[in-house]
Amino acid sequence: MYTPHTEADIKAMLVAIGVGSLDDLLQVPESIALKAKLDVVPALPEYQIARRFEHFAAKNTGVDYVSFLGAGSYRHYAPPAIAALAMRGEFLTAYTPYQAEVSQGYLQAIYEWQTYLCLLTGMDIANASVYDGATALAEGAIMALNENGRKKVLVSRAVDPNYRAVLKTYCDGLDVEVDEIALTADGTTDLAKLAEAVASKEYACVALQSPNFFGNIDTLSPAARDAVNASETVPIAVVSEAISLGALATPASWGAQIVVGEAQSFGVAMAYGGPYVGFITTTKEHLRRIPGRLVGKSVDGQGRTAYVLTLQAREQHIRRERATSNICTNQAHCALIATMYLALMGKTGLRDVAALNLARSRELATAVSKVDGVDLKFAAPFFNEIVVDVHQPARDVLAKLQARKILGGVDLGRWYPELRTSILMNATELTTRAQIDQLATALGEIVRVHAGV
Amino acid sequence: MAQPENLLYSKEHEWVKIDGDSATIGITDYAQNSLGDIVYVELPRVGKQIEQFGNIGVVESVKAVSDLFTPVGGEVLETNGALEADPAAVNRDPYGAGWLFKVKLKDAGEKSNLLSASEYEKIAHD
Amino acid sequence: MSTQAFDRTASPLIFELGQDGRANSYVEAGPPLEQFLPKDALRGDLPLPDNSELDVVRHFTKLSQRTFGIDLGFYPLGSCTMKYNPRINDAMAGKREFAQLHPYTPDELAQGALQVMYELERSLASLFGMAAFSLNPSAGAHAELAALLIAKKYFKDRGEPRRDKVIVPDTAHGTNPASAAMCGFKVISLPSDERGRVSVEEIQKVLGPDTAVCMMTNPNTLGLFEDHIAEIAAAVHDVGGLMYYDGANANAIMGNVRPGDMGFDLMHLNTHKTFTIPHGGGGAGHGPVGVAAHLVEYLPTPVVRAVPNNGTGAPSDGFTFSLDFDLPKSIGPMRSFWCNFAHAVRALSYIYANGAEGLHRVSQLAVLNANYVRVKVAEFLETPYPEICRHEFVASAQELKKATGVKALDLAKALLDHGMMAPTMYFPLIVPECLMIEPTETESKETLDYFIEVLREIVAEAKTNPDALFAAPVNTVVGRVDETRAARQPDLRWTPPVSSRA
Repeated sequence: MYTPHTEADIKAMLVAIGVGSLDDLLQVPESIALKAKLDVVPALPEYQIARRFEHFAAKNTGVDYVSFLGAGSYRHYAPPAIAALAMRGEFLTAYTPYQAEVSQGYLQAIYEWQTYLCLLTGMDIANASVYDGATALAEGAIMALNENGRKKVLVSRAVDPNYRAVLKTYCDGLDVEVDEIALTADGTTDLAKLAEAVASKEYACVALQSPNFFGNIDTLSPAARDAVNASETVPIAVVSEAISLGALATPASWGAQIVVGEAQSFGVAMAYGGPYVGFITTTKEHLRRIPGRLVGKSVDGQGRTAYVLTLQAREQHIRRERATSNICTNQAHCALIATMYLALMGKTGLRDVAALNLARSRELATAVSKVDGVDLKFAAPFFNEIVVDVHQPARDVLAKLQARKILGGVDLGRWYPELRTSILMNATELTTRAQIDQLATALGEIVRVHAGV
Repeated sequence: MAQPENLLYSKEHEWVKIDGDSATIGITDYAQNSLGDIVYVELPRVGKQIEQFGNIGVVESVKAVSDLFTPVGGEVLETNGALEADPAAVNRDPYGAGWLFKVKLKDAGEKSNLLSASEYEKIAHD
Repeated sequence: MSTQAFDRTASPLIFELGQDGRANSYVEAGPPLEQFLPKDALRGDLPLPDNSELDVVRHFTKLSQRTFGIDLGFYPLGSCTMKYNPRINDAMAGKREFAQLHPYTPDELAQGALQVMYELERSLASLFGMAAFSLNPSAGAHAELAALLIAKKYFKDRGEPRRDKVIVPDTAHGTNPASAAMCGFKVISLPSDERGRVSVEEIQKVLGPDTAVCMMTNPNTLGLFEDHIAEIAAAVHDVGGLMYYDGANANAIMGNVRPGDMGFDLMHLNTHKTFTIPHGGGGAGHGPVGVAAHLVEYLPTPVVRAVPNNGTGAPSDGFTFSLDFDLPKSIGPMRSFWCNFAHAVRALSYIYANGAEGLHRVSQLAVLNANYVRVKVAEFLETPYPEICRHEFVASAQELKKATGVKALDLAKALLDHGMMAPTMYFPLIVPECLMIEPTETESKETLDYFIEVLREIVAEAKTNPDALFAAPVNTVVGRVDETRAARQPDLRWTPPVSSRA
């Protein structure tokens, strides 16, 4: 129970308070008093808790499979130095750094995180983090909606379906309509349709993801950018595989005014989906609209450099119903982990990791496309994910791979009915040549059986 | 600080100086003092039509935020661009360099809904 | 070489350290990027510093030493429940089979993870008297938003879209009105009565056919139990509205009284408060949202399903689990993946350490500690509501300020000099010069006594030497920070020197 009270302590404290028993402190009207028998997991001594969780852990057999799963959560190498540092109690057990004088270390780390994200995305300012990439997109769209007062948002169908679903959840609350832009045959956003749609001047923003959900590079062309700017639509870039920022042209360079994304790839565990860490970066012009906490650099009374949470008047605890967002708790500890990852990797390490992802995914593409009856679906340039058409229900092929202890990827038919024979596969620096060969061999056998050879 | 006699006031602590068919608007010394160090002022767009007593912007201090209401209606002619770089002007000189925006008056009769310096004095000191 | 690296106080930014090419060998050198992509798809410079692992370790170790956490001392931050974070929880969450599990792992290969989610969800539902919880939202405010989206959709489905008023007491957390605004609801603020509570009479005045939701926390942010809660809930239900329970103060009621029994239809929990998930400097949090039976279909997706097989062992061991995304009436997902799963592991580990009776004891002792500190602090500071409180209470420095000029802020800053965190200040807004103190159950009587005596001395010093308090803190690595400068001239990032830009 982690309660240090002795019976003598309790007695002395009750006397000081002037009541007879603990029950006297927790009186409630009879009509609402607890009558049910509580059905809560039983109390266990600590060594048995450990045993219980061993039991749960042993049932997660999927961790030992060869995996090509990506689609918004990525396997990357995280140096052990990160855990050693991040698990220090000072970081782990701190609250939000409202008392700046005793929070300088954490505040500085968040200032460094903000800087890293600006440098990586090419933008002017970054916030202290939001829940995840999907909520970052929703919050980014709200920034644009508040900016220009329009009531619709436009999003590419090549944006992660989970992100689009969350955007829809948020927009339903705001009575804002979400329209989607169709895909080209190349697995990228149809920029002609995009330009046509924004010309209506009805959309507050337009969101594109690059690399997109299929792994393809998917940015605004100069013509599309002109159309977006002419219609005063706010261009939002979505980044779900943050390692790509180490190699690809910055979202700022192709015209994004708001960049939203997910930094899980920077050393944060996949952990069956969370916690992860969303980010928002933007240009100076949007400073007053950015949601969540911001750390600023200032001085103390003696002129010493000091960091502090700033521009708090945008936030819910002061502005209440007029706040830029209701966000309060963010993902500070995950942002700290990501900052440590970037510090350890540096320019050289991040570029190497990005290059290895490009290399391994091309090895993967080459190997699977050699299999008879298996083709790459798209020809567009890609980062570390590929779409593989197996010309039969992807679900069946994935089940057969699973029987061989291979998680072959994600069935795209789950979100795109027209892609029900396609699998989204990911390779990172951790993917080995042997794993790729194992997959290709298995695919060959499975597809051959289906074809009746 | 006493309220300048040549201005009119609203209950929401804005002042207005009427000059022919245009008006200059700001917040009172009492308002700046209660808000504390002002860090940002959000003003309406030039050209926007605003209604008397409508909520047209916000004033942010370090730890508070306050709605800004216009004491007169009309078209926004000009906003005080200098406040972007120097919002502290509202604290230093609320009736001078800290003015907020100018309006082309829609209806001179709206003046009758405003307070004189002595009437405002009573509210501010309650 | 810069002398800063040897300086004990200054902490250069990571960007001011390092040398280009000082690489670590975490991965092999990668091939040139131009080999894979056309030049116009690639970025130009990548202006990040290259640092050795040792320098990075020293940098962040130094930053940690300039950061205060529960592990260093008493943390009486009201409304935040800064209790001890047991290390077993982190050890369990860090297991390879949890940490390295991909969210798209097929259900049959992730049964352990799903079982953790299921056991947590069922335990919370029973403990708080709800029909079901979704673990999906990422934090308290996020769960609040989910709950209000549920209410909005529920009324829409019932053909009552015009219910657009949300009633929020003036003691509410700031996230309540902010969340309401994100669902297009209009907020009506309800004044507290002289007992610091919502009165049935006052709420009757604002109830009507346009009432959507009444958002309350019980005990409220003054630490007082809303003893008329059943009548308030009945009045809200009478006009067709829903009752929402803000679970931020749930540490005061476990095993004692349940929101479901009080008449609440919707609620959230901050498991990072009540269930010992470390706050981590402001997140990640975890905010399960719970609903009564009539709202279960609206929960965010996915939810965990359990089908009994004929297994043996502990109760949930005989089930097969799956994630269900197919809830036609659901508000949809609140976030990308299923939940902050690592935190679900921590919360469940904590519940295993307590069981139902243990959690009841937790709440009892949290209330005992708060009342003990309350009666002692009342000897030298005003306590505006001098009655039995729950897990926290408010004191006021208003009289002290009148007499000495010393404000709540000054007392708080002086506490920092004594190696303790400040209480929550200036909240709730209805108490002038408010100090909101929540000791939590994990603190010993000796720690509480030490805090009380330090605060007593600080208040005494206010009367003899107020200037010393205006100057506090002086023992911390920096003194009071110029917040006005930070806000007027925002410096939110380091900028590379012009010469180093490519």
